[in-house]
Amino acid sequence: MLQPQADIFRTLADPTRRGLFERLARADSLSVRSLTEGAAVSQPAVSQHLKVLREAGLVVEQKVGRNVFYSVEPRGLAPLIDWMALYAVFWRDRFERLEDVLNRMDQ
Amino acid sequence: MNDIPASRSIVIERMMPHPPAKVWRALTQASLVGEWLMKNDLQPVVGHRFNFRAEPQGGWNGVTDCEVLEVEPLSRLVYSWRSSGEQAATGINSVVTWTLTPAEGGTQVRMEHSGFRPQDEQFYRGANYGWQQMVAGLERVAGGLD
Repeated sequence: MLQPQADIFRTLADPTRRGLFERLARADSLSVRSLTEGAAVSQPAVSQHLKVLREAGLVVEQKVGRNVFYSVEPRGLAPLIDWMALYAVFWRDRFERLEDVLNRMDQ
Repeated sequence: MNDIPASRSIVIERMMPHPPAKVWRALTQASLVGEWLMKNDLQPVVGHRFNFRAEPQGGWNGVTDCEVLEVEPLSRLVYSWRSSGEQAATGINSVVTWTLTPAEGGTQVRMEHSGFRPQDEQFYRGANYGWQQMVAGLERVAGGLD
């Protein structure tokens, strides 16, 4: 179980790469050009980082005409999801709904 | 170092002003469960395998694999709760336990969701990498589980 997480952390340990990933996480998808405009490195360097992210399963690429767009691959982060925090919210909400259902039910 | 780590649980306990038999129905009749939890094909029969299904969202396939582990009518219902399909390996592998206790004027309802692995949280919080900034992205990805 630890291995995939370790790989993800290693991949995102590089600040430039992490910066690219964070920008993609906030956007639906971005082209290599717009990613380069916001980065402090050259387009070939950006492309190289995107390749590493893609190989780690963290981003996917899509070709549209001459442009290549990148977006986050949500499943790539699955090993990092904090299930406990998500379910704490989930069950609180579901308890409210359970009480609503009970109030509507006949005896 | 590598001792089996204790898993953690979410516990919610609430007094509900309804008799145990009614609460039991809301916990075990698939159509009623669907009204407050998720669509499902639950039957309160030990060994019965079923799914909870929600709309897929972000990277989540929306499917939870379950198996009924224990049934004590009107008092105890236990089922496993696992990520499904290709997400099974990296997802959640847990158990949900419902306990009903008759109380004056109603039922004490206790839900324990157990089996959260501490390493998940530990890695998620790996402060060295500035994860806080990624939380927005993660939450978008994980969605509201609805």
